[in-house]
Amino acid sequence: MSNFVNQFWASTIDGLTQGAIYALVALGYTLVYGVLRLINFAHSEIFMIGTFATVGVISAAGITSPLAGVGLLLFVLGAGAVAAVVSGGSAVVLERVAYRPLRRRGATQLAALISAIGASLFLQQAVSIWVTSDARTTERVMEKVNLLTIGTGDLRADKLLVFVGAMAMMILLDRLVSGTRFGRAIRATAQNADTATLMGVNIDRVIMITFLIGGAMAGVGGMLYVIFFEVTNFTVGFVLGIKAFTSAVLGGIGNLRGALLGGLLLGLIEEYGASVVGAQWKDVIAFSVLVAVLMFRPTGLLGEALGKARA
Amino acid sequence: MSRTLARRMTAVAAIAVASLGLAACGSDSEGDGGGSGETVKIGFMGDLTGPNKQLGINILDGAKLALADYEKTNPDVKITIVEYDSQGDPKQASGLAPKVIDDGVVGLVGPAFSGETADTGAAWEEAGLPFVSASATRVTLSDNGWKTFHRVLADDGFQGPGVATFMANNGFETVAIIDDASEYGQGLANEVDAKAKELGLTVAVREAVAAEGTTVPNYSSTISKIKGANVDAIFYGGYYAQSGGFVKQLRDGGEDAVFVSGDGSLDGAFIEGGGEAANGAALSCACALINDTATGAAKTFYDAYKAAYNTEPGTYSPEGYDAMTAFINAVKDGKTDRAGILEYLTTVDFEGVSKQIKFEANGNIVGGTILMYQVKDGAIVGIGTTEDAKLS
Repeated sequence: MSNFVNQFWASTIDGLTQGAIYALVALGYTLVYGVLRLINFAHSEIFMIGTFATVGVISAAGITSPLAGVGLLLFVLGAGAVAAVVSGGSAVVLERVAYRPLRRRGATQLAALISAIGASLFLQQAVSIWVTSDARTTERVMEKVNLLTIGTGDLRADKLLVFVGAMAMMILLDRLVSGTRFGRAIRATAQNADTATLMGVNIDRVIMITFLIGGAMAGVGGMLYVIFFEVTNFTVGFVLGIKAFTSAVLGGIGNLRGALLGGLLLGLIEEYGASVVGAQWKDVIAFSVLVAVLMFRPTGLLGEALGKARA
Repeated sequence: MSRTLARRMTAVAAIAVASLGLAACGSDSEGDGGGSGETVKIGFMGDLTGPNKQLGINILDGAKLALADYEKTNPDVKITIVEYDSQGDPKQASGLAPKVIDDGVVGLVGPAFSGETADTGAAWEEAGLPFVSASATRVTLSDNGWKTFHRVLADDGFQGPGVATFMANNGFETVAIIDDASEYGQGLANEVDAKAKELGLTVAVREAVAAEGTTVPNYSSTISKIKGANVDAIFYGGYYAQSGGFVKQLRDGGEDAVFVSGDGSLDGAFIEGGGEAANGAALSCACALINDTATGAAKTFYDAYKAAYNTEPGTYSPEGYDAMTAFINAVKDGKTDRAGILEYLTTVDFEGVSKQIKFEANGNIVGGTILMYQVKDGAIVGIGTTEDAKLS
């Protein structure tokens, strides 16, 4: 317990940093679930593709020493855009190839789920064979300087960037869904797809855009991951995807703000738990909490409510 | 409908015929392997495409070099190496084991890692297949009573205490001991832990991080704990795929105590993963790293290896060479079946490129020298045995 107290601030900062990445990836699960009632298990691979896109940008930009100031800002915006486009594009292709044909034929949800798992394995192996099966390390993009010490915790520049970057993306998405025409179409489809069609909403388009947005969020998550960890490999999405999915369920799958809350909570629970009983128990604690929450609130903390998201 | 069905039947029949043909080929070649005076199959099992594949590749390349040397003598009995890629994963290794046995392999170089060796040992024992690991160092492997088990390097019962002695000799008083919860990492860390306490060192943090691929590689909590404990050194038991990232996060987190790790981290990939942060790290190994300052047989090995692969021998390459040589010597002695080779290995005694190769009754190598290495300016340099090595 004394470790918990000693490490409280360090755990809080690290938990929020890790949780922000979980939350960004969780958005993709939650969006797709909200609209299609489908768990898109291949979403973890969309994240993985985002990390590789970022690695590509770093080597293409010829970065050999850490950036700062405007250079860093430009890099983050540029790499974020590239990763978002690559991941979002991959998600759209995934939907076309793996889900739409099934939907057209009126296949069951179970068939789509199996298709999702198959697509996930396919993408992993494709990257392993065509890109690399090794861990790919990158040059350091930014100095990991300490900005502020709170108790025992160091608020490092890279952690701040991850957190702020993730929050900015989530606020943007929240505005998009609750305040625009597209958002209204997404919400309408989530509430009742048939009625939405009758009201003139093009369902296929809405679904495509949902995958695009979810994929873009995962891409940005991938970029932040690479800046933070400076390494990726073809299996990087697997565990992180499960954690992100857990976050989505914890917060209430189908609920955007729930994904945010779930991600940050999961990050914090892991760090606090690890400080008390040791890092080897991190995942055990995180999943125990999930089970406990679902026992009392089967719909997650904030409940399923993409359709009801309001401004 | 009936036309589709007919077409399908044809396809099925074609596949059936093809597989019959393949099966026939398979049994043919097996027949060749069993006879004398033709080809003897020696298997290799280890990580060739997994997260720690460099270690497996090093062993295999060493073994292939030994085979090349043998072939230069124009022997009557041909030997081939059959590769089994376990990706270092005990589950995959267990899945491959029946195939290795059915393939008519008479000796196995490997399995490379302790986890896969632990999980497949019983299968080799039952099949009477002699296996010589070039790198599995977990102590308990030799406690199973497997007559077929051998290893050409000292186990972690030597390495662990050796590392603890090294830390004590270098004036470290408070240490943190971390492992990756793998068979190897945890076993080695426990050995270091026990000896460190015996030598009067304070083990301020003893913790495991989850193994590679089972969790997000974020070690922040462990690092906060280490920082809070003011240690002089950190021992990490685990493989390079994780230790490189661990040492990087450690330094980024502002911890500058000496980083010490075992043979699982002794590879260029550790330096690649850790970058600048890897500099200064001390790494132990029961293995002999052979570089261009070597003399005698080791130098010959170095030159041949470099000529063959255009790279320096890596960690366990000399051990891979020696393990293969043990089998080659058995074949030279006229032993071409499992029982004969197994019998021969009890008496084998020759000067390998890494050390004298002679096994104890439980399969362990005779002798137990542990060497220390240090990362300096991105290169791994030898600094002596655990008894006399000093960090600089």
